[in-house]
Amino acid sequence: MRRGNIIKLAALVLLVVAAVALSIKPLVDPAKGIPLGLDLRGGVHLVLQAEPNKNGAPITNDDMDKAKAIIAKRVNDLGVSEPIVQTDYIKKRIVIDLAGVTDPDKAVDILKTTAKLTFRDPQGNVVIQGDDLKDAKGGQGQQSGYVVNLTFSSDGAKKFADLTTKLIGQRLGVYLDDKLLTNPTVNTPILNGQAEITGYATLEEAANHAVLMRSGSLPVSMSIAEKRQVGASLGVDSLHRSIRAGIYGLIFIYLFMLVFYRLPGVVADFSLIVYGLIVLWVFWMFRVVLTLPGIAGFILSIGMAVDFNIIIYERVKEEIRAGKSLRAGVESGFSRAFITVIDAHVTTFIAAMTLYTFGTGSIKGFAMTLGIGIIASLFTAITFTRLVLRLTVGISPKMNTTWFGVRRDV
Amino acid sequence: MQTGHPATYDEVKKIHPLYFNVVKKRYWWFAISLLIIIPGVISLFMQGLNLGIDFKGGTMIDMTFKKAVTQTAITDTMKSVGLEGSVQLSNGDTAALIRTEALEESKRNELLAAVETKVGEYDKTSLKEDKVGPAMGQELTRNAIYALIIAMGLMIAYITIRFQFVFAISGIVALLHDVFLVIGLFSLFQWEIDSSFVAAILTIFGYSINDTVIIFDRIRENEAKMKRGEIYEEMVDKSIWQTMRRSINTVVTVLISLLSVFILGGESTRMFSLAMLIGVFSGAYSSIFNASQILVEIKTRMKKPRKGGKPVRA
Repeated sequence: MRRGNIIKLAALVLLVVAAVALSIKPLVDPAKGIPLGLDLRGGVHLVLQAEPNKNGAPITNDDMDKAKAIIAKRVNDLGVSEPIVQTDYIKKRIVIDLAGVTDPDKAVDILKTTAKLTFRDPQGNVVIQGDDLKDAKGGQGQQSGYVVNLTFSSDGAKKFADLTTKLIGQRLGVYLDDKLLTNPTVNTPILNGQAEITGYATLEEAANHAVLMRSGSLPVSMSIAEKRQVGASLGVDSLHRSIRAGIYGLIFIYLFMLVFYRLPGVVADFSLIVYGLIVLWVFWMFRVVLTLPGIAGFILSIGMAVDFNIIIYERVKEEIRAGKSLRAGVESGFSRAFITVIDAHVTTFIAAMTLYTFGTGSIKGFAMTLGIGIIASLFTAITFTRLVLRLTVGISPKMNTTWFGVRRDV
Repeated sequence: MQTGHPATYDEVKKIHPLYFNVVKKRYWWFAISLLIIIPGVISLFMQGLNLGIDFKGGTMIDMTFKKAVTQTAITDTMKSVGLEGSVQLSNGDTAALIRTEALEESKRNELLAAVETKVGEYDKTSLKEDKVGPAMGQELTRNAIYALIIAMGLMIAYITIRFQFVFAISGIVALLHDVFLVIGLFSLFQWEIDSSFVAAILTIFGYSINDTVIIFDRIRENEAKMKRGEIYEEMVDKSIWQTMRRSINTVVTVLISLLSVFILGGESTRMFSLAMLIGVFSGAYSSIFNASQILVEIKTRMKKPRKGGKPVRA
């Protein structure tokens, strides 16, 4: 019994040490690790608001989709690793997050301009303007693969007929601004204004191009409703500062727990490591973007995670004082404290959820880390802490209760 | 082996060397709370809060220059492009925080170019810029109020289900105590608030009630075991003391983590951690000294009229 427990505990310690050692690299990996928000590595956050049309026509969801498709394409051209482009149909907004963009000024510049669709001949001359195109739709091809079906306006149909007659066997360039979107070969003259671009591997790809073509320029004018820009070196500086704050916070909490709770304090400190690992891996798994308020939330949640241990230990102490043995005390203390812990933390969780629902941007990040923190600390407490505490008190039935901060004589 | 029995009131008193009756002195605690809250609330009505651009809308540019600069140089440059606003220098006059109306991109570029030529070169990689349109600011305020109301409603519902409605009311009063204390102090000292302040208030919301619930949980447990002849007030006093160590130790650990963010976390999280520090401290105070006392107050007042014969019903 005794030896068995000691071996199990030693194995657990080794396991956790190994887990920590193996986790560091994948978690902080710049490409695949926990994604850092733009306030931690520089970048720009934009909220584009669609302005009401001058003629009073309502802005449709289709307009928003078109605008988003164009913006997403431009964003991809910027070469940012994990850009976020989201549409808010109700408020007619597009939210763009570009973390790690090297030149935020240029990025904003590019996103602001309105794209223009043109058809060009092999020499690069513009032959048809985007406004001559009436519609473009992705669909299934007649033989195989997927296609984009183009419909031209009556004016455009004439131009296109001329063009395709002239350029037969040559390539026609379809440009969005100055970027080549696709350059199909003209097979036959198309006289009725109904063209088909073939050779798409997936429907998604075809539909995507169709959206870009039929949108041409941004269908609605957009203004910047919100912009948050952080320089790269400032971001790195913030990251280092918050890591340092976290480390110092952790050290002092460790010391506090050791001084006040002795042996269980060691268990608590050990559980905290496991807690931290779980939270970070959850961030990693769900690609939770870590922001400055997010780190603050994480550090705060460490303080709260200790709370579970404190509630449980105080309860165990009481049970021992009431005359129970160490092991019985741990068991009943745990089950009794568990109800308390649930009731108490549901309230914090409610607050975190409300924040997440109503918050925007970095506030959402904070609420997310806080919420994950609460669940993770609950999980750690009922699995890991309980196991380690059981093993520890099981080492010897004669274990001195002063190690638990309880004097028997009172 | 001794047979266990739940601790008696006298035993609980004996364990704590600093024991004093926290319930009996309740009017003192209420007075202390009011003494801090009332000036804050008055200030809130008189001068309001110092709202940052997140609420009001505007542009805020934080830039670091390569050499020391002067405030007038920047203000003059702003005037030259037709802008008004405030400038705050720090870090040996090399860092400037410029606040002005919400700038269009072209205007913003014009300003930055003018600053570069007239004031001095600045480090582009450490530039921080926040622009919030006026509509966005209003939305934030509205959402913050919605969030507070909804969170409060959910908590009342949860506590009523798990405890009793009187517990929920006492808890919420203690909670409002913390929120008003923080908002009041921020108004009194005119500390600027931004969107993270909303997050801080909501977290205080959740955290403070958490503290209170721990004590309520003990009251619930002891109430069920109450024997004939035991006084409610004493049972509550006992419950508070039984959870005292937990209340204090938890606050200490949370304060440790907040202090490290406050001191080491840098400028952008300072106001957030300050609000949280005050809120958590106040939350601990109101949980120990106010919430259960309010509960006792309501419970005793609800019972008394029956003896006097006159039912209280308006």
